Amino acid sequence: MSGGVDSSVVAGMLHRSGRRVVGLTMQLWNQRRLPELTPESGPTGRCCSLDDVYDARFVAQQLGIPYYVINFEDRFEEQVVKPFISEYLAGRTPIPCTLCNNFIKFDQFLEMAAGVGAERIATGHYARLGQDEETGRYQLLTSVDRGKDQTYFLFGLKQDQLARTQFPLGEYTKPQVRELARELGLPVAEKPDSQEICFVPNGDYAAFIDGYFREQGIAREQTEGDIVDTDGHVLGDHAGVHHFTVGQRRGLGIAAREPLYVISTEPASQRVIVGRNDDLLRARMAVKEVNWISIAPIVAPVRAHVRIRNKHLPAPAMISPTPDPTRVEVHFDEPQRAVTPGQGAVFYSGDIVLGGGWIE
Amino acid sequence: MVEVQRFYFDHNATTPVSPAVLEVLVPALLEVYGNASSIHQHGQMAKQKLEIARRQVAGLIACDPKDLVFLSGGTEADNLAILGTVRANSAARKHVVTTTIEHPAVLNTCRQLEREGVEVSYVRTGSDGVVDPADVHRALRPETILISVMHANNELGTIQPLREIATLAREAGILFHADGVQAAGKIPVDVKALGVDLYSISGHKFHAPKGIGALYVKHGTRLGPIQFGGRHERERRPGTENVPGAVALGQAAFSAIENLATETARLAALRDRLEAGILERLPACGVNAGHSPRTPNTTNIFFDGLEGEAMVISLDLKGFAVSSGSACSSGAVEPSHVLLAIGLSRERARASLRFSLGQSNTEEQVDALIDAVAESAAHLRKLSPTYTASV
Repeated sequence: MSGGVDSSVVAGMLHRSGRRVVGLTMQLWNQRRLPELTPESGPTGRCCSLDDVYDARFVAQQLGIPYYVINFEDRFEEQVVKPFISEYLAGRTPIPCTLCNNFIKFDQFLEMAAGVGAERIATGHYARLGQDEETGRYQLLTSVDRGKDQTYFLFGLKQDQLARTQFPLGEYTKPQVRELARELGLPVAEKPDSQEICFVPNGDYAAFIDGYFREQGIAREQTEGDIVDTDGHVLGDHAGVHHFTVGQRRGLGIAAREPLYVISTEPASQRVIVGRNDDLLRARMAVKEVNWISIAPIVAPVRAHVRIRNKHLPAPAMISPTPDPTRVEVHFDEPQRAVTPGQGAVFYSGDIVLGGGWIE
Repeated sequence: MVEVQRFYFDHNATTPVSPAVLEVLVPALLEVYGNASSIHQHGQMAKQKLEIARRQVAGLIACDPKDLVFLSGGTEADNLAILGTVRANSAARKHVVTTTIEHPAVLNTCRQLEREGVEVSYVRTGSDGVVDPADVHRALRPETILISVMHANNELGTIQPLREIATLAREAGILFHADGVQAAGKIPVDVKALGVDLYSISGHKFHAPKGIGALYVKHGTRLGPIQFGGRHERERRPGTENVPGAVALGQAAFSAIENLATETARLAALRDRLEAGILERLPACGVNAGHSPRTPNTTNIFFDGLEGEAMVISLDLKGFAVSSGSACSSGAVEPSHVLLAIGLSRERARASLRFSLGQSNTEEQVDALIDAVAESAAHLRKLSPTYTASV
């Protein structure tokens, strides 16, 4: 229970259906850390803020269910925050929400819930679960509300995790969920949706990374470097590759005749390569650490729609196995803009999530 | 929610108001509503009740009633003792000695003093959770104003050698404050025999309500104000006296004195039964600071490979209230600073539970608790990836 509408409605629905429900909130990040990044209004409206815990507890009290806040701060820092930072510094654009789902929420949190006697966990994700009648294999399906679908962040889920999980909101649209919240009389029914990555104030990743290093007293090597064009001509300089992500246009500080975009970053040489929009188009990519969810690992090429970032419209492509069973090659029918290393690639067939992995 | 029978094993956190206390509290709330500082009969009656209560509480710690200040509880008592003495002293003497195992009411008050320019030495203890007076002695400086050491530790129950430290303090001409919140009402306390100058008490730790406590301030101790207002409590603590609270505290003190000998023996036997039962049923666990002198009601047990937090939740869902670490502002659990301070690894500190017994607990409850702990621990260890590795 995050204190938001979605997980509150899940708790309310399950409670109303007669299940024995226990509310759990994960304390993931101490919002008193990095105070220099916190807006003057205080650390509210983000995950683990006291206001959100207050709301979650209020909902649990109103429903009359036991409620606990579990401290995952140490584990979150090790398995989400630190990898998030090192990915950025390595010139990739990570997705902490997926790391959190893979290593915290559907792993240690699930184990904790099982440990205290829960049969399953239910979350407020917009996704659906199915089961292949023949094989018994659990399937992950997109939510009915396509605009809210969160399957992009769930591609790492394994069969044993899916077997112990419920996504009650997958059959509903967001307006219906708000209506349910009102019907259940939940105090958070009109609470605005949360935005951005929960532990990064104002979505400013670079400031977060700089602040984290300051807090840890880690002296950073000089991160300044050149901004170059695709032919290697120096166009300007920058304060660090972690300030840039593929496809980015703003903040380059270069005057040019046509719009310039970040094509790639090279941490080794501290170079940021910029170019024209067309230079961002890629027809193929390699995807690593692939997890097959709804189908068995592929042995021959399959056609699928592939999503390369959360708000990307899945694009038709051919997925081919490689000698390494955890890697696949993806050939898009039409070149795609800003294929970004470190982001997820999720494979869909209609509303079925076949699987996914990390863009190399 | 499924109703389960609930058993309470967290008496160091707080205790229920006892029937004997309730019996005097309700009439005091209804009838003794005068302001104890007023001249009229309503005021005089309140003042009279207040002073009877003061004598009762004085009996609990064997002090002169005039040396007792009523206030809101342990935290305020610790704040007043530390800030009040340090601020009343000359600017030339700016050093305080305390320990790493104190309650946050003492530790964070000392941190505040540090921000105000006072130096603070935090004396460490060994894994026995008992401070060595020789270490306190080594920490003293010519400019030391105050030593603050708790009487009994809240997490471990370990009893600190106050008498020896008081001797050091007296010889050096240094004031000595003891946080007695976890000792008063649980073990015999004689502030004069101990030789302390200041001693904090909290009512709700021994069956008075929340919001009432007392600070013993030895006659002649210079104490500056930390709050400003009227001239209540001999100008040591402003604010209209909480007479019903004091009456309740007085009765709680009276009951504690009356029951001390029998309850001490009974609780110690239950505590030993609990420890023996758990250690016999489960591998890879043990008592933290178990060989030190302890309050009779407290035990702190580690369960290697387990998350104390999961154990607390699992036991709570079965109807048993126990505790692990300390709650941060969200209500999540942080590893106990006391367990870390006595040298436990972060893992073992997180894997430790505190059981604190009290009046309502019986042998049957303890046996049921042992079963529940064994069951929860076995279930959690079955799922724990770290358990097999660590054992």
